Amino acid sequence: MTETMETTDTTGSRGSRLLGVVTLLGLATLLLFAFALTEPDVRLHPTTGQEIGQFDAVRLLYLHVPLAVFTYVAFVLCAVASAGYLVKRTAWFDTMAYAAAEVGTVFCGLVLVTGSIWGRPVWNTWWEWGDVRLMTTLVLFLMFTGYLALRRATVDPRASARRGAVVALVAVLDLPIVNRSVEWWENRTLHQKSTLGELKIQDLTLFTLMLGFLVLGLVLAWLLLHRFRVGWLEREDAGHGVATAIAERRADIDEGDVDAAVGEGA
Amino acid sequence: MTHLGYLIAGWGIALGVLAAYAASIVRRGRDLARRVPVGRSRWLTSPGEDA
Repeated sequence: MTETMETTDTTGSRGSRLLGVVTLLGLATLLLFAFALTEPDVRLHPTTGQEIGQFDAVRLLYLHVPLAVFTYVAFVLCAVASAGYLVKRTAWFDTMAYAAAEVGTVFCGLVLVTGSIWGRPVWNTWWEWGDVRLMTTLVLFLMFTGYLALRRATVDPRASARRGAVVALVAVLDLPIVNRSVEWWENRTLHQKSTLGELKIQDLTLFTLMLGFLVLGLVLAWLLLHRFRVGWLEREDAGHGVATAIAERRADIDEGDVDAAVGEGA
Repeated sequence: MTHLGYLIAGWGIALGVLAAYAASIVRRGRDLARRVPVGRSRWLTSPGEDA
């Protein structure tokens, strides 16, 4: 049976287009708050009266911290979907795990880059090899980069999905270590403990950070949605290609039979 | 504004990478969508079959 070959040229839907517009508006609003409406971090030294603080470098807070949090979210989602795949063995779980791993790895890379750029004016260093949070985050990034390489290198889709799921479940074990590293090894990190937990920031700074969480969450949702659809289409395209090849081969064989029959009769 | 170069680098790289990644996803999706019949590109539904 021949399938009707009606196609489209988009992965967008009404809902995802609306999500995209809201996300772009959110990004514009976040930029407005981060750069124009919030104040720089300037305090007076209690004894000398000298101005201290992060000054305008604090504006990287509204980007770096939400990126870090949504890196966690993406990798946890990848691990949950991977576990789901190992139990249910459905394409949906595998496609979701792969999408979450790829988007999470992009976010994780940006966490490292923006952290390094923020660290230079604040800590006077681009990178500190002895910092436990930096190193555990780098390990996390490398493990999920390995996950993506494994997925691309394995030809058999079932083996790729199965191996990927196992690697994701192992890699995600680093997440609680990254998160708690500043508590467990507080003398071996330049990072401070949770700013939000002790509410060291407030007013418009806190509001803008919350806005950053909302907007970066929307960015993650939009990317995940479309990356999932791309993964789904890749799977369908591969299946459709195989089905077409089988149909063509069958047609060739049928024609060959007819030719043979005609040849025998002649 | 202090540290302007760091701010531009940090925000610029992050937003630039996210925009480039989003564009690459859209481009890949468009290419694939042209090759797959509409009936097989229903979103977010599990086929309930083995991967």
